[in-house]
Amino acid sequence: MPEVALPRLDHASRRHRHWGDHVFRLLARCAALSLLGLVVTLVLVMGRAALPSMRAFGWRFLVTSTWDPVAEVFGVLPLIYGTIVSSMLALLLAVPLGLGAAIFLAELAPFWIRPPIAFLIELLAAVPSVVYGLWGIFVLAPFLRDWIQPTLGASLGFLPLFQGPPYGIGMLAAGVILAIMILPFIVAVSREVLLAVPNTQREAALALGATRWEATHVAVLRYGKSGLIGAILLGLGRAIGETMAVTMVIGNRPEISLSLFAPGYTMASMIANEFTEATSDLYLSALIEVGLLLFVVTVVVNALARLLVWSVGGPVQRGRE
Amino acid sequence: MNVKRFSNHRLVLQTMLFAVLSTGMLSLGAFAQSAGAQMLINGAGATFPYPIYSKWFDEYIKVDPGARFNYQSIGSGGGIRQITERTVDFGASDGPMTDEQLSKAPGQLLHIPTVLGAVVATYNLEGNPALRFTPDLLADIFLGKITKWNDPRLGAVNPGVALPDRPIIVVHRSDGSGTTYIWVDYLSKVSKEWEQKVGRGTSVNWPVGLGGKGNEGVSGQVKNTPGAIGYVELAYAIQNKLPLSSVRNEAGKFVEPSIKSTTAAAAGAAKNMPADFRVSLTNPPGEDAYPIASFTWLLVYKQQPDQVKGQALVKFLWWAIHEGQKYPADLLYAPLPAPVVKQIETTLEQITFQGKRLLAAR
Repeated sequence: MPEVALPRLDHASRRHRHWGDHVFRLLARCAALSLLGLVVTLVLVMGRAALPSMRAFGWRFLVTSTWDPVAEVFGVLPLIYGTIVSSMLALLLAVPLGLGAAIFLAELAPFWIRPPIAFLIELLAAVPSVVYGLWGIFVLAPFLRDWIQPTLGASLGFLPLFQGPPYGIGMLAAGVILAIMILPFIVAVSREVLLAVPNTQREAALALGATRWEATHVAVLRYGKSGLIGAILLGLGRAIGETMAVTMVIGNRPEISLSLFAPGYTMASMIANEFTEATSDLYLSALIEVGLLLFVVTVVVNALARLLVWSVGGPVQRGRE
Repeated sequence: MNVKRFSNHRLVLQTMLFAVLSTGMLSLGAFAQSAGAQMLINGAGATFPYPIYSKWFDEYIKVDPGARFNYQSIGSGGGIRQITERTVDFGASDGPMTDEQLSKAPGQLLHIPTVLGAVVATYNLEGNPALRFTPDLLADIFLGKITKWNDPRLGAVNPGVALPDRPIIVVHRSDGSGTTYIWVDYLSKVSKEWEQKVGRGTSVNWPVGLGGKGNEGVSGQVKNTPGAIGYVELAYAIQNKLPLSSVRNEAGKFVEPSIKSTTAAAAGAAKNMPADFRVSLTNPPGEDAYPIASFTWLLVYKQQPDQVKGQALVKFLWWAIHEGQKYPADLLYAPLPAPVVKQIETTLEQITFQGKRLLAAR
């Protein structure tokens, strides 16, 4: 048979697409690019505004401890320390609690109880930050000052972690509040990760004679490990950026102290506190540099979290297997 | 195909409907705005005088219904920045602008004092004793040199008061504020060591103490921490029934903070008032003057860019320093003393539009 040139019926070919599809593709592409452009613009604008401060202080900005707006000497080491310590403390308190709750909700709870408990835990995420701060000042801080801190000081006072006068307000209060705030995120994502572990894994472990805990530990947790780490890093990212609740209970003192009872300061709190009244250009520029630093730290932590949750690619995929 | 043509039609119809609606709404919006265009005079700045300015705007609209004011209390620093960039018609600040800030403004900016505020030292001790402080005691407490309530120096000034053996927990403002400026300005005047070590500013490097956000943060921490001492605005302290401490003034008398003693502070400084009103009222001469007080200023350009708005603004300022002065006391601000009002009148008469005075000759 002679070769006949058949018309191309490839619907994906450009010329044969409906014009509506072209418009849709264009709009979707614009939306995605504009979001990307927004982030890039944010970094560029902040970078430019922070340039005077970067030129004036260089690396000393990151390693010195004096924050003096009158003499215009700025160093953010205590802020970095405060941000890291308060976030780590929050993780230390929230991860066991959150993972425990997630395991309970995914593995052990009777089916009828799962939705209400999950809902209540996720409600914690809906409480505004300022409300947490107010609760911290009027309920948590007095409780810490009158009950927890004296007890810790008396029993574990030989450790530098628990020395110093009990103000109530301080790094410990900030850590506790942050822990409560990141709990719902850790629980929600961990629960999703655990539910995504295929049942065959659990069945295999149980068939090999494992106890309930061993099955959970070996088959489920180990399987969803990178997803769980991703959930934890997500919580960390949130804790690093939290502003209002922290600034109301942390004592706002830019000093490095080993004790958890001492007041501290975080990068986000510093910006929130001083930005409106920063009149001189170098002062403003220093605050924007703090903002840039915070932005970089948050992006890195969140990127790590996403990569880990996605890298759960092979073993933990919904619905497969 | 039929389906294809129908969906084509649908898309076209939807796009047309969307275009018509949006044009309609935009034009409606524009029309509404132009129809309701009363004169709107915008201002921004200090948070401290916001309640009294709000009251004034509400009362003034009865005097001149055509003049509507809009004020954003974003902080003194923000107010100075906005008026320098001319995004608002007037600014407001708790602290006077520095020469450097004034030189950046595109025109000559005038400082118009409106009301007075005072800063008090409040504390939390059992039994709420009425405490007295001398200037050097306050400075040393905030420098961290006096650390216990039963320090003999405190006892000497407060005979008959049983001061407990507790550590003094200093509370200051964590956010930049005009209240802080007044406080550290006073401490700089009464203590050489403070002036050298810490200095003046809306935010400073505090030697000791916890930081609370806003007047509410400081008072909250003081109320919840036994043995704490902090500084708050007088209006705030009175409204929240916080203990007020008396301070010894320049004349040697212990004066309790009140509206009268605050006005007396300005009256005491009135003799040497500079023409531009950029003066610090802390530690003034005068028997009854409370030593930790200050003006709060409105910032307006001497040459107004718009005649109608400029005239309304100047008329409002005239009203504020005369009839308006009967409102501050209810809101716990101190009114201006008479000699200062006279001086402000002269300044208001200097405000011009294209060379012509905006206030009619008296």
